[in-house]
Amino acid sequence: MRVPLWRIAHARSGDKADRADIGLFAWDAPTYAVLKREVTPERVAAHFRELCQGPVELWPLDNLLALKIVLNRALQGGAARSLRMEIEAPADLPRLRAS
Amino acid sequence: MKSVRVGAGLGFYGDSWRPVRASIERGGVRYIASDHLSELTLAILQKDRQKDPAAGYARDGLPMLAELWPLAAKHGVKFILNAGGLNPQGAREAIARTFRDKGWKATIATVSGDSVLERLDELRAAGEPLAHMDTGAGLDTVRSRLLFANAYLGAQPIVRALEQGADIVLTGRVADAALSLAPLVHELGWRWDDWDKLALGLTVGHLLECSGQGSGGNFGSAAEWADIPDYAHLGYPIAEVSEDGKALFTKAPGTGGRISFDTLRQQLLYEVHNPHAYFSPDVVLDMGTLQFDDQGGDRVRVTGASGAARPAKLKIVGGYHDGWMGAGIIGFSWPQAYAKCEKAAETIKTLVAERGWPVEETNVEYIGYNSLLGAQADPTYRDQLNECFLRMTIRTQDRKVADAYGRLFPWLGLSGPPYVGSLKGVQSAKELLGIWPALAQRELVEAKVEIAVEKV
Repeated sequence: MRVPLWRIAHARSGDKADRADIGLFAWDAPTYAVLKREVTPERVAAHFRELCQGPVELWPLDNLLALKIVLNRALQGGAARSLRMEIEAPADLPRLRAS
Repeated sequence: MKSVRVGAGLGFYGDSWRPVRASIERGGVRYIASDHLSELTLAILQKDRQKDPAAGYARDGLPMLAELWPLAAKHGVKFILNAGGLNPQGAREAIARTFRDKGWKATIATVSGDSVLERLDELRAAGEPLAHMDTGAGLDTVRSRLLFANAYLGAQPIVRALEQGADIVLTGRVADAALSLAPLVHELGWRWDDWDKLALGLTVGHLLECSGQGSGGNFGSAAEWADIPDYAHLGYPIAEVSEDGKALFTKAPGTGGRISFDTLRQQLLYEVHNPHAYFSPDVVLDMGTLQFDDQGGDRVRVTGASGAARPAKLKIVGGYHDGWMGAGIIGFSWPQAYAKCEKAAETIKTLVAERGWPVEETNVEYIGYNSLLGAQADPTYRDQLNECFLRMTIRTQDRKVADAYGRLFPWLGLSGPPYVGSLKGVQSAKELLGIWPALAQRELVEAKVEIAVEKV
């Protein structure tokens, strides 16, 4: 079964310098186990390949039922020098599909 | 056991202080910790100061205090705010003037010494290269273009101000969380090497520093965001912290928003890099041992913070001029809204090329399609959009070109693809800023930190 993350998780994204960051949260423990297994740095990097020029880092936090994901070199050098209206592309992570 | 309640003030320059009233009136807070400085707000304040040497502080500190101080004084509530920006003394003078006019009494302290723009040579002579923390690039590549450079100070100077009886502490750049950590250390008597308690204090500061984002605002979720009660009266988060290093998060009764495991953990990880080493000037927090106990009714207990010794170096962030942005915008309706935008973009590009303008970079985005999602936008419905706005931006070193760019767009209204509307007005040049994070020995910075306390 394939399901988009937005149906089974919640998320908040932010930015610091040239780094975009995402907190991805399971609503319950069984779903967290799925996230931990399916959402790998490789899959996140593939999903954001147009956006993220650097490595993807990922930390699972069992106490928070959460994954902390950081996309390096993802913001054209940083929000304040960017020509984009908004730098919110990490909001798209929930469209990634877990199977 | 001794405990103290700290409430969130603003979360950014321009945020609303209206929800703070409820926290003071019926939230039981003793302190309001108010964050007025985003990473690059100091660039705005630097321009204010260049126009007027008495300016350079966040201008929303004074009206916030002018509205809330009578209530705060009645309830014995103190304010800690970084609205001093680049000129804490100037902020104090403006506030003192208003307080005298109104006949209010308060002890107002300033914390200054965080600006290192005038001390860069001194810091480098002392052995700090001040290279870019992430890229390693040398400072000389941006030095002449720096608008500001400030160290993130910790909670210690704020605590010293509170020890001297301050009711209002005005700081420049300090770590956002230090605004909350300081009153906890002051009231609860924590030692500066009690790392686990300081780590809990850092957790509290981090959960309060973004105002409504800690209590149900911006709650990223598929459907649950719609169930957050009463956005119009959303209450800012409040933390009750006891001396043994435990916190209870809540908000004022009768306010909107939500305090829950879900809303708090979203904020906990917000703009955090390695969650096992969240740095602040006072302690390094490991978020991996925190325990959240959601008791329902907008009450969540947070315990189990683990701290490690504070870092030897303080973070400095500078902002430098990085060219000018020109921008234009125009909107088209169904049918073929997206195709009309594309044609307009192509036309603008031709006009720019024919003028030979020195453009370094052009950005084309389609509001309603990819202005938020960028390359992640799903093209499935792109050609069926009811309406779409084209927004184009350029980077140039020539301010006049950036100004002229926006003026290309209105012409399209009568001479381009069939259109329905544009956002009103022509956009003028906007300065682009690069950000310069670096590190410096704590002692070099802290040697110049000053606290001044004045009774009004």
